[in-house]
Amino acid sequence: MKLGVLFSGGKDSVFACYRAMEKNQVVCLITMISENPDSYMFHTPNIRQTNLQAEAIGIPLIPWSTLGEKEKELVDLRNAIIVARNRFGIQGIVTGAVESIYQAARIQKICCDLDMWCFNPLWQINQIEYLYTLYSLGFKVLITGVFAYPFDASWVGAILVEEKIKKLEKLQQEYKINPSGEGGEFETFVLDGPIFRKRIEIIKASKSYENFRGHFILNETHLVDK
Amino acid sequence: MILLVDLCFEKNSLSKYEFVLPIEDTLKHAGAMCDILHYTEICNDKLERCDKIILCGTALKNNAFAMNLKSFSWINGFAKPILGICAGMQVIAYVYGGSIITSKSIGLETIEIIRETYLFGVPRKIEGYHLHSCGVTLPREFELLAGTKNKAEAFKHHSQPIYGIIFHPEVRNKWILERFIKI
Repeated sequence: MKLGVLFSGGKDSVFACYRAMEKNQVVCLITMISENPDSYMFHTPNIRQTNLQAEAIGIPLIPWSTLGEKEKELVDLRNAIIVARNRFGIQGIVTGAVESIYQAARIQKICCDLDMWCFNPLWQINQIEYLYTLYSLGFKVLITGVFAYPFDASWVGAILVEEKIKKLEKLQQEYKINPSGEGGEFETFVLDGPIFRKRIEIIKASKSYENFRGHFILNETHLVDK
Repeated sequence: MILLVDLCFEKNSLSKYEFVLPIEDTLKHAGAMCDILHYTEICNDKLERCDKIILCGTALKNNAFAMNLKSFSWINGFAKPILGICAGMQVIAYVYGGSIITSKSIGLETIEIIRETYLFGVPRKIEGYHLHSCGVTLPREFELLAGTKNKAEAFKHHSQPIYGIIFHPEVRNKWILERFIKI
């Protein structure tokens, strides 16, 4: 089955892509580029870097602009999926939804309306086990943003290694945070992994942090042979 | 041991992560032993060795199981507890003489529990995650536990421990699966 992956460049969409590639043929990635930093559906930090990830993985990317207005962005998403279907013949969509019923139900409705398959291979996954799986499989996950208490500046620009996963496990117990960040606690960007033919190297980045909100912006990046 | 029957469009499909493994994870964390089998692989040996069966749901677009309903004839006369989830409920309804009807629902909806049972507790309203394009008519030997006659949310065989739920308890209502372990 030919599939397209909704691709934000974060760990969830990259891992969903990895799972889909194990079972089916992923023929395109679809990135929604939202002009609204508080988009309900699509996260925004470093979103334009997905073209480099697509090149690293070796799958064509469809970048699609949206104003990111609630519900209107769903019309944009629907249009992007139709373009992907026309251009690449996809029969279904893959998402990295973990817990969000809001996100999952809306994409299910679009796929149902278009008579297409919808796959959510991370749905209801045990989040801590999932983070360890990412780490053990060799995904290099960069934390590109934090947006909640008690994430301090040390998280911004950090790589998700075993020590960080243990800390997330502790924060989950103490503060009830969502350890995979699906509640908007933090955002990620994947630099390397088993489906990457080349890895992404950061040449220049800028970091900002204040009051439990921080960003790690990738200013200059390039691909490096593995 | 609880046997999870995978109703997805093919064995080891991408849908298994979404409709089978979350149920296995919930049961294992509640202390139950599980085995998973695709519905095309059901055999007497596996049916005899399990204590209970859960027929899992599947993707909205999958109707392969509905084209192979004869594969589920073993359900009629099976004496151990069975829980059918979504597509699994549709299969149970068909085997016992009910019909699979068009009834689309996607997302969270309020469910009214109308009859007290161990599995659902006392009558009250709960929220459940729906993901189905078909529902069922109530088979003659079954009683309605939740929803209405025209929109059955849950049913039970009048004398056997056979249950059906049209919503997905692995999302937001894991307690139903945990109670099923103890039936």
